[in-house]
Amino acid sequence: MGRFILKRLSLLIPTLLGVVTLVFFMIALSPGDPARVMLGERANKQQLEALRADLGLDEPLGVQYGLYLKRVVKFDFGKSIKSGRPVMEEIKNLFPATIELAFFAMIFATVLGIIIGVLSATRKNTWIDYSSMVGALFGVSMPVFWLALVLIMIFSVSFDLLPTGGRMNVRYYFEAITNFYVVDAIILLFREGDPKYLGSALKHLVLPAVALATIPLAIIARVTRSSMLEVLKQDYIKTARSAGIKERRVVYRYALKNALLPVITIIGLQFGLLLSGAILTETIFAWPGIGKWLYHAIEARDYPAVQGGVVIISTTFVLINLVVDILYTIVNPKIRLQ
Amino acid sequence: MSENIMPAEKLQETMDKEPGRVQEALHQLRKNKGAIAGLVIIILFLMTALLAPVIAPHDPLEQNISLRKSAPLTEGYILGADDLGRDLLSRIIYGGRISMIIGVVSVGIALVFGILIGVISGYYGGWLDRIVMRLIDIMLAFPYVLLTIVIVAILGPSLTNAMIAIGISQIPQYVRMVRASVLAEKEADYVTAERSLGASDLELMFRSILPNCLAPISVQATLGVGEAILSSAALSFLGLGAQPPTPEWGLMIASSREFITTAWWIVTFPGIATLLAVLGFNLFGDGLRDMLDPKLRD
Repeated sequence: MGRFILKRLSLLIPTLLGVVTLVFFMIALSPGDPARVMLGERANKQQLEALRADLGLDEPLGVQYGLYLKRVVKFDFGKSIKSGRPVMEEIKNLFPATIELAFFAMIFATVLGIIIGVLSATRKNTWIDYSSMVGALFGVSMPVFWLALVLIMIFSVSFDLLPTGGRMNVRYYFEAITNFYVVDAIILLFREGDPKYLGSALKHLVLPAVALATIPLAIIARVTRSSMLEVLKQDYIKTARSAGIKERRVVYRYALKNALLPVITIIGLQFGLLLSGAILTETIFAWPGIGKWLYHAIEARDYPAVQGGVVIISTTFVLINLVVDILYTIVNPKIRLQ
Repeated sequence: MSENIMPAEKLQETMDKEPGRVQEALHQLRKNKGAIAGLVIIILFLMTALLAPVIAPHDPLEQNISLRKSAPLTEGYILGADDLGRDLLSRIIYGGRISMIIGVVSVGIALVFGILIGVISGYYGGWLDRIVMRLIDIMLAFPYVLLTIVIVAILGPSLTNAMIAIGISQIPQYVRMVRASVLAEKEADYVTAERSLGASDLELMFRSILPNCLAPISVQATLGVGEAILSSAALSFLGLGAQPPTPEWGLMIASSREFITTAWWIVTFPGIATLLAVLGFNLFGDGLRDMLDPKLRD
């Protein structure tokens, strides 16, 4: 096990270096001149050249790459063209919103997905199984941005139950402490005894979290079902049953524990994917996270911001996958006991 | 693997069974209701795409200002009209054309490069393989949606660039799959036999080995078309794919956003069309997988 973890860790640095390099060259070689974007169409030649020199864009590509690497190791992606503030500062402010959204989406998807998967596996070929699996198939076939609009149409417009976007009722005076609004609202609940902030934060989370959770929910349900079916066929389950252990105990105590192993990998992978899926969801629900921010940066050709955003999201994705792989080897007795 | 060493009579026996495999597959297909449903949906969408000019009741671009935002079932506008008075049904039918083309072309790009890189990398192995796999790992370090968005952002927003971006983003999965099958096949007896008969590397790679790797690829490609349709709709929704007034489903959904309070049909129907088309490919792909993988049969 230790050797596997070491090997996995040793691959981390080259992969991250590759990501950082690829992002640099994709943006450096893309058509369009960052200096032109920054100064607009009216800038004259001298101004453009001065800015290029200032940004190091007049250096040969190799030198630029070296400088870029030096900065990236320190998490310095320069300043956003649009806002003029350091890219990393903006990301730090926005990341909690995305993590919060992805976290709630994942909790929803995991809990419901496992319940649905277990129910359809234990009631195989019944209407519960069929409708769950058809539902899961719809879930992976649906354009999520469309589902988001339909949800808004039903729950916000027709029934006026939930807000259409944002993170907090704008009329509340709310000062963020950690930028995880649910955490902040709980702190305020204890400090001021007013639950309205928590209520509002949770209400704003429902629709975007459900929309974002659709695909992982469907996938987790399918994987849980097939993994559960596989485990339920095994001898030790037969033995447990023939020993007269109650079916509930057999399913939840003995089978589920082993069936969840492949589910862990899926959950990790999906969580990483949510970070990029958030680009669509956040844009629709006006959720002020890194996805929406990155989308606007792409639209505005804000190169430093795009560079920083893509590197940070991909790095997070890689790290989550690494943690999941390591967790898997720790949880899986077949590997752990080797 | 001991299966590689097969006594001659057993080999003959297996080969005699070969013609039966097609029948077996057809038999499995008939049993698999999901796959049939998927196939029917795919055929329906392909037919409407091909016959769009014949079937569509109106010109998808023709604006009829007096009929702006007409509800479904008014004056020959079965699904209603959009905010510019264009027939929604006709736009959806023509949109199907675009989606089918995007699906097939993107997957085509991914298949050509994926197979080429995968076969060569798996067949030659060594340092070449190591470099290729590292590059693939790096590509896979980018979440899929992000990768397509970044590529389109660099190439510039258009339908063609969206297809290229989706195609490129799908390459890694084919490379991995093809490489794995080639690694499993290349030591097989039939390859050794053909090599000793003087077959060249090229012949071995593409005529002997590749056909035996096609089963998993066909499953992945079918699912890939659905994935590509979804991705292109998402890119167009973000303004990075098809541009107005193209009747593309994602773009239609995007431009309907302002009207969700007043005209539900403009947002609803293009979404249902996308859902159905993707569902068709997913159903058929899942069915194919079940048919080709005996382990999954119950």
